[in-house]
Amino acid sequence: MSAAADPDLEAFRTEARSWLAANFPPSLAGQGAVMLREGGPGAGADFLRWKKAMGERGWGTPSWPKAYGGGGLSKAQARVLQDEMARIGAFSPIGGMGVMMFGPTLLEYGSEEQKKKYVPGIVTGTTWWCQGYSEPGAGSDLAALRTQCIDKGDHYLVNGQKIWTSGAQYADMCFALVRTDNTRKHEGISFLLIDMKSPGIEVRPIRLIGGNSPFCETFFTDVKVPKENLMGPLGGGWTIGKRLLQFERAGLGGNIGGASGLGRSGESRGLDQVAKAYVGARDDGRLADADLRARIASHMMDIRAFMLTVQRAAGEAKSNQGPSATTSIMKNAGSRIGQERSELLIEMMGHQGLGWEGDGFTRGELDTVRGWLGGKATTIYGGSQEIQNNIIAKRILGLLDHQ
Amino acid sequence: MAVLTEEQSMIRDAAKSWVQARSPVAAFRKLRDAGNDEGFDRGVWREMAEMGWTGILIPEEFGGTGLGYLTLGLVLEEAGRTLTASPLLATALTATTALLLAGSDAQKHKYLPAIAEGTLIATLAVDEGPHHAPEKIALGGFESGNGKVTLNGRKTFVLEGGTAGLVIVAARTSGKPGDASGITLVLVDGAAPRGLTRDRLRTADSRGYANLTFQDVEGEVLGALDHGGGVLETTLDRARAGLAAEMLGQALQSFEVTLDYLKTREQFGQKIGTFQALQHRAAKMFTDLELARSCVEGALSAIDRDANDVAQLASLAKAKAGDLVHLVSNEMVQMHGGIGMTDAHDAGLYLKRARAQEATFGASSYHRDRYATLLGY
Repeated sequence: MSAAADPDLEAFRTEARSWLAANFPPSLAGQGAVMLREGGPGAGADFLRWKKAMGERGWGTPSWPKAYGGGGLSKAQARVLQDEMARIGAFSPIGGMGVMMFGPTLLEYGSEEQKKKYVPGIVTGTTWWCQGYSEPGAGSDLAALRTQCIDKGDHYLVNGQKIWTSGAQYADMCFALVRTDNTRKHEGISFLLIDMKSPGIEVRPIRLIGGNSPFCETFFTDVKVPKENLMGPLGGGWTIGKRLLQFERAGLGGNIGGASGLGRSGESRGLDQVAKAYVGARDDGRLADADLRARIASHMMDIRAFMLTVQRAAGEAKSNQGPSATTSIMKNAGSRIGQERSELLIEMMGHQGLGWEGDGFTRGELDTVRGWLGGKATTIYGGSQEIQNNIIAKRILGLLDHQ
Repeated sequence: MAVLTEEQSMIRDAAKSWVQARSPVAAFRKLRDAGNDEGFDRGVWREMAEMGWTGILIPEEFGGTGLGYLTLGLVLEEAGRTLTASPLLATALTATTALLLAGSDAQKHKYLPAIAEGTLIATLAVDEGPHHAPEKIALGGFESGNGKVTLNGRKTFVLEGGTAGLVIVAARTSGKPGDASGITLVLVDGAAPRGLTRDRLRTADSRGYANLTFQDVEGEVLGALDHGGGVLETTLDRARAGLAAEMLGQALQSFEVTLDYLKTREQFGQKIGTFQALQHRAAKMFTDLELARSCVEGALSAIDRDANDVAQLASLAKAKAGDLVHLVSNEMVQMHGGIGMTDAHDAGLYLKRARAQEATFGASSYHRDRYATLLGY
């Protein structure tokens, strides 16, 4: 943004700045990551007030159309809003799968009635959506899904099992891929919106190796779904579902530099500082363990290379060269670097990096262990590392199975 | 697999079937879920003693069988396959070795038969910080007459430290941390010695570790005053080789479970094991497993032969087993995909145990550095 900026944009900046000053509770400044991870239902009055204000203004979904409650901002205005929020440590309190994944898909493929019915709840953060995609037999091979959706004339009847439905225990609604035709693999899939309070739905949280339960198994037994809840054409679910995954991966890629990948789970100091604290340094400042020192340096170089690639991709995108080929490597590179960071942390903490609970370990040590375990999922979810490599090999490099 | 005697084959087979019947992974999971405070099951430990495993290193005159380290390694390997939690490594290998190497007749008579019977849990307390560092021992001891030493200080991450009725403490009785001499091994005897505080640690691998604090705790000297450093290093090398055997068994089981999954799980209309990318990773793991087995068995056999390169082989085995178990535990989770991330699957249990083993008695980086030092560069 140069000094000779667009006057309309500068007017918007003034407007945004004064609105934020009037509405963002200063007590929340810089708390975004913490609030969004641990907030939710237990969040305090300031958070709820902020969420209400942003929801009503539509600025949690700044570029969504005003007609459905969105902010109606141009891309340039949305960037200004982001700058102004960052300046005062503000964050969007409107999140979840509705905003990140389902909403953009709904705007693209939903009927007018569906948009009117569902977008406002996402914009205000009052409707929580979960994703009904994977099944025990349909993970990487998602199109192998078998959850049956049968046309009963005045309604659909759904039977089957979904897995990795994140947050299903709190969700109001589920966007699901269901099978409406057993004779065709991809064309037999439809995209259905299911009310989680429907009779016949059972949700069981899955405990993960890190001890938390962010995902569920969801069972559907003779669940009746109104026919108007089909989104897009019958048998058109695969196209819509794939489009939604693009929004998901874009989100995950963006997160890699933030919370999920290179994030500072448990330990906010730099690796070199942690290493010196646990392993010790010689008089000249070198780490006492030369082997570990070399591996930390190699890791720090990987992070630097990744960050430079993020910058390069952003630059290329801005100069309208079209989507950069580098985006395809982001998920694998970022998740691998994040996992290596955790492995290095627990290794340098030594025995103190093996704690599960109790007084023998600091909070930071325990969080590091839990973060290390939880981070193992980053190379599995959102398209596993193997699937990403297939995409790179086949779509980018042109290496086909049979040539 | 090393060429085994008939007796060794019998013991290995007996261990294999006992472990599968009496100590499957489900048993360890149950122990963990029950929040067991001791880190192992007393009933299982009694059965292990009845099988004679607690006395494998102990000569017949003290109630054991004296079969040696390779034999004990076979049992540790089988126990490692199912994550069997027991004091076998700390007691029947580590503490027993120190007693065999340095104990007086009276001390051997007092402790070894009890270990062989399975009634005494014994352990070695070495480390004082977050990393294995026997060269940095600072816990102080002063001679208090009559072959006794009084101890003051702290030991961390002592295996079975919460339950051991005999703690062999590596103390500094002269000189300063870093000096080669001045180390004395001290026997701290009893369920609740005066001045000893045990702080149980709740670790990700759910074993019986504790931090121990010594406040004017008196114990008997094991071996020579100020000259325990050599015995300590020899004991540690044997413990490292034994732990490496356990790690080998654990890696082997992780690998076999994963291989089985590659052969049964279907995606895209075919077994995922038909994908070459996964085949090559499995082949790499198999190669590493075979190389690590040679190192582990080589180290254990060298101990039995009293060869002069045990130190090198022990560091080699521990580093190789560490790298192996690191790779295989990660691949077990990754190749199982989402199901490997769930607590209900065993992959997480293997992953958590792997990192604890890697850190115990020196991580791979520690042993690579030591290997270079031993070879003079």
